Amino acid sequence: MTSIWNGDYLFLLENLIVKDFKIRYRNMSLGVFWSLLNPLVLMGVLTFVFTKVMPNNSIANFPIFVLCGLVPFNFFTVAWNNGTISVANNAGLIKRIPVPREIVPIASVLSTTIHLGIQIALLLIFVLAFGRGVNVYWLWLPVLWALEIVFVCGLVLATSALDVYLRDMRYIVESACTVLFWLVPIFYTLDIVPREYVTVYEFNPLAAMILGLRRILMEGVSPNGDAGLVYKLAFTSTITFVVGLSLYSRLKHKFFDYL
Amino acid sequence: MNVIEFKNVSKAFHRAVGQRLIRHYLEDMMGKTDPDSFHALKNVNFSIRDGESVAVIGANGAGKSTLLSLVTRLAPPSSGDVIINGRVAALLELGAGFHPDLTGRENVRLNASLLGFTRKQAGDLYESIVDFAELHDFIDEPLRTYSNGMMLRLAFAVAVNLDPQILIIDEVLAVGDQQFQAKCIDKIFEIRNQGRTILCVSHALSTLQSLCTRALWLDHGQLIMDGPVNEVLQAYEGRALHAPKD
Repeated sequence: MTSIWNGDYLFLLENLIVKDFKIRYRNMSLGVFWSLLNPLVLMGVLTFVFTKVMPNNSIANFPIFVLCGLVPFNFFTVAWNNGTISVANNAGLIKRIPVPREIVPIASVLSTTIHLGIQIALLLIFVLAFGRGVNVYWLWLPVLWALEIVFVCGLVLATSALDVYLRDMRYIVESACTVLFWLVPIFYTLDIVPREYVTVYEFNPLAAMILGLRRILMEGVSPNGDAGLVYKLAFTSTITFVVGLSLYSRLKHKFFDYL
Repeated sequence: MNVIEFKNVSKAFHRAVGQRLIRHYLEDMMGKTDPDSFHALKNVNFSIRDGESVAVIGANGAGKSTLLSLVTRLAPPSSGDVIINGRVAALLELGAGFHPDLTGRENVRLNASLLGFTRKQAGDLYESIVDFAELHDFIDEPLRTYSNGMMLRLAFAVAVNLDPQILIIDEVLAVGDQQFQAKCIDKIFEIRNQGRTILCVSHALSTLQSLCTRALWLDHGQLIMDGPVNEVLQAYEGRALHAPKD
């Protein structure tokens, strides 16, 4: 089914992103502060637990160690959850205006990146405050974040389309996020993961993202290392995006009937 | 040249379709639900030439809105072919995509991009949109402070400024007060006189009679009459007198 819409994709995308962002922050008295609160509180709690309650002395600078995990994880969960319900929530739009339908979930993810930008700024400020200087490997940071965004877009394309046919999808996604909090190395290192599972971790884009960030920001080395982390991240993100997009374009034809 | 062509088009909806949970799919597998489907359109054939203005009439539930959603390609047909040539602007529901927390100005920009304006067109046409809607004093207020009539005026102003090749109007002729309604209808006549194709659904038969040259009469999903607007409306009104009101 070819679309009869021949407008300006970028202009539309920009407007949808700005809309999401304005709506989210205009109704919050503290505005952008809320973007900072969640990772800061979790950072405080996890630091308390792992330095006071169950002290783990093998990890230095625990606050930034854990923040390197929390910032990508927080973006991942917020973007995935909001993205999954974006198509069903925009039923009015999808049933009434012949816009290209891929744009709805993608705009939802991209509007979360504004919130991600604020959190990245927080992370970098903490890194500098803990005395870790800027190094040449910081140039990798935009590449890593871009790959994470591509990965989340792929997941969201798949789950938002499935959510139209099966409204339970959003609860499955929520549960998956809770499980992932434990299965990605947010508050532990890859060293304590049994050797046979290390490859699985490296091929999990979210885990690879966190490991790469720590290598750059804490160790001051290339994110790639012996494991070729960035290549693995690029590979899994691209595959996820291609699969998500093809699933979406297969399922979008019947959105009208199911919404 | 035909701009719209329907060949043996049918559209069925499953009665069970809608919000679905895993439970519903399990019930399907166990054969508990009614597999019946409901035909909103049955074997519809017609074609519309460039520059024609066509009314679609029929009782509620006759398939008029389904027909329009097929023309705008929002829904695929269950069988048959729908062929469309040209840019379609659909006034299916004014203000679809408007958000109450955004200001009038922000909504105009968003709605323009949804309807397919380029950035330049949206900028150039902004003033004439606000002029047409007569809402200069309120344009920086959030939409939720607008009355329903004001909101519809703004939505109508955006949609008619798009300069579409095919304009589709679904029951939106009753916008705002009397004076503004007259202005909207004038604008639609102006678009028609520029040689655009118009497909219009309305229960305002007198407006249809002056706006359109041809009418399609749908009844229970079937096209039962297709001809000059006067003849079709006459037959429709004659039948409506005898049929119970819906």
